[in-house]
Amino acid sequence: MAQYAVLIYAGDSAHRSDATAQDTAPHDRHAEELERSGALLAAYALTPRDLATSVRGDVVTDGPFVDAKEIVAGFYLLEAPDLDAALAIARLNPACRLGGGVEVRPVAGGGFVRHPAG
Amino acid sequence: MSGQSAAAAAVADAHRREWALVLAATVRTAGDLDLAEECVQEAYAAALRSWPRDGVPGNPAAWLTTAARRRAIDVIRRELALRSKLPLLVEPEEAAADGAPDRLLDEEVEEPGDAVPDERLRLVFTCCHPALAPEAQLALTLRLVCGVPTGDVARALLVSEATMAARITRAKKKISGARIPYRVPRPAELPDRLRAVLGVIHLLFTTGHTAPSGAELVRAGLVERALHLARMLRELMPDEPEVRGLLALLLATDARRATRVDAAGRLLPLEEQDRARWDRAAIAEAHELVVAGLRGGMPGRYLLQAAIASLYAQAPSYEATDWAQAVLLYDRLLAVWPSPVVALNRAVPLAMVAGPEAALAQVEWLEREPGLAAYQYLPAVKADLLRRCGRAAEARQAYERALALTANEAERAFLRDRLAAVG
Repeated sequence: MAQYAVLIYAGDSAHRSDATAQDTAPHDRHAEELERSGALLAAYALTPRDLATSVRGDVVTDGPFVDAKEIVAGFYLLEAPDLDAALAIARLNPACRLGGGVEVRPVAGGGFVRHPAG
Repeated sequence: MSGQSAAAAAVADAHRREWALVLAATVRTAGDLDLAEECVQEAYAAALRSWPRDGVPGNPAAWLTTAARRRAIDVIRRELALRSKLPLLVEPEEAAADGAPDRLLDEEVEEPGDAVPDERLRLVFTCCHPALAPEAQLALTLRLVCGVPTGDVARALLVSEATMAARITRAKKKISGARIPYRVPRPAELPDRLRAVLGVIHLLFTTGHTAPSGAELVRAGLVERALHLARMLRELMPDEPEVRGLLALLLATDARRATRVDAAGRLLPLEEQDRARWDRAAIAEAHELVVAGLRGGMPGRYLLQAAIASLYAQAPSYEATDWAQAVLLYDRLLAVWPSPVVALNRAVPLAMVAGPEAALAQVEWLEREPGLAAYQYLPAVKADLLRRCGRAAEARQAYERALALTANEAERAFLRDRLAAVG
């Protein structure tokens, strides 16, 4: 088995402060689907681009690091036997149907350093 | 022929015919494309040393496969602890059936017989995985499945040899690093994966049909391998019109193989070829495939190309070719596949229908295409049209430009003759 990171690209995160349950419903359903698949190791939804802050060299700026139409709206970690299996799961992401998409990257290494304090 | 040169010829022949077979079988033992390729190369080198001494084995592919696999097992044993490479993902049930390397040594090495074509197809589908860039898919398949030297692959794909070498290395690294599995896609995935495979087989054919460099015009081994792969694909996907189309295209084109050069090896243009020597069985098979394919609705690029090739092959004479129908088919082809090479090819029948001046205007417009900047057939077509327009000085210039871009010796001789005839 190998680990793959799936970076979700969308115009913006669905998780705005005023997001309704309806806004995030496709993503929530997908998260449940992933959990049931047994392939999911970790998953994170990120806040919208307005809250992003970037540091390039020693300059701090407002906004995402790459100025593009899409931003990384979330990411998750999968365990899969091969790239085909990882792609089969990744392409189910709602972002792929909503004008965005996903990038699948094999993980070189890493993991939790400690669990967050309660 | 001396024993020495007969053995060398046998090795060259085995390289042309059996490369894919030997490599595909070795990949499963080696579990790594680079290692397998290296071991297969060494097996061929060993054959060059041992066949002149011991005689050519009855089954050269089996001999080469055994040698390559033994070498792979040696390397794996020696480097087991040191190897940091990710293994290639061979489907588990097949890996089990194939047996562990240790067991393999104690047994008769299997004859690469019936199972081998599928093994080769597995190699093709892995090389054509959508996670690889399209140009890497083509390059990798030509290099790994067909054993085409990197320099020839580079020429066929119109890039420098250094660029091509880097492209192949990068693709191999992605296969192991991202764990692209070594297998034929499952039925549900197969249609999506097909287009790249068809493109690869077609390029394989064109590479063989007019060898990019050297004295020989046709590399029969590559052409036959492309035909073999096209037939195998048709067995795998019998209802896919484009698979039919590709096979028909290769058959209709290859049917003229015997007449493309004269006894002295000089290239003959279509109008001078002896139609009585064309392979009528292949032309008939292509025609049937085209007719059946066209019945199925919107034809794709291969079916339309096959229809054009079939139209040319079925004409009783050059003069009696239905040029207007050819232009129409090219128009439909351009609609589904807007390629500058297709637009250039369309200029040939267009010149017969609308005159060389009209066709020349099209070719001059195509000269602005950056993708055709180093394409030797553009100045060659242009030179012929200029000659027919009576513009000898410009025709000469265009022939010289074509010569400068052409490495195939038979094509060069043809161009030099044409240049001399312009005066």
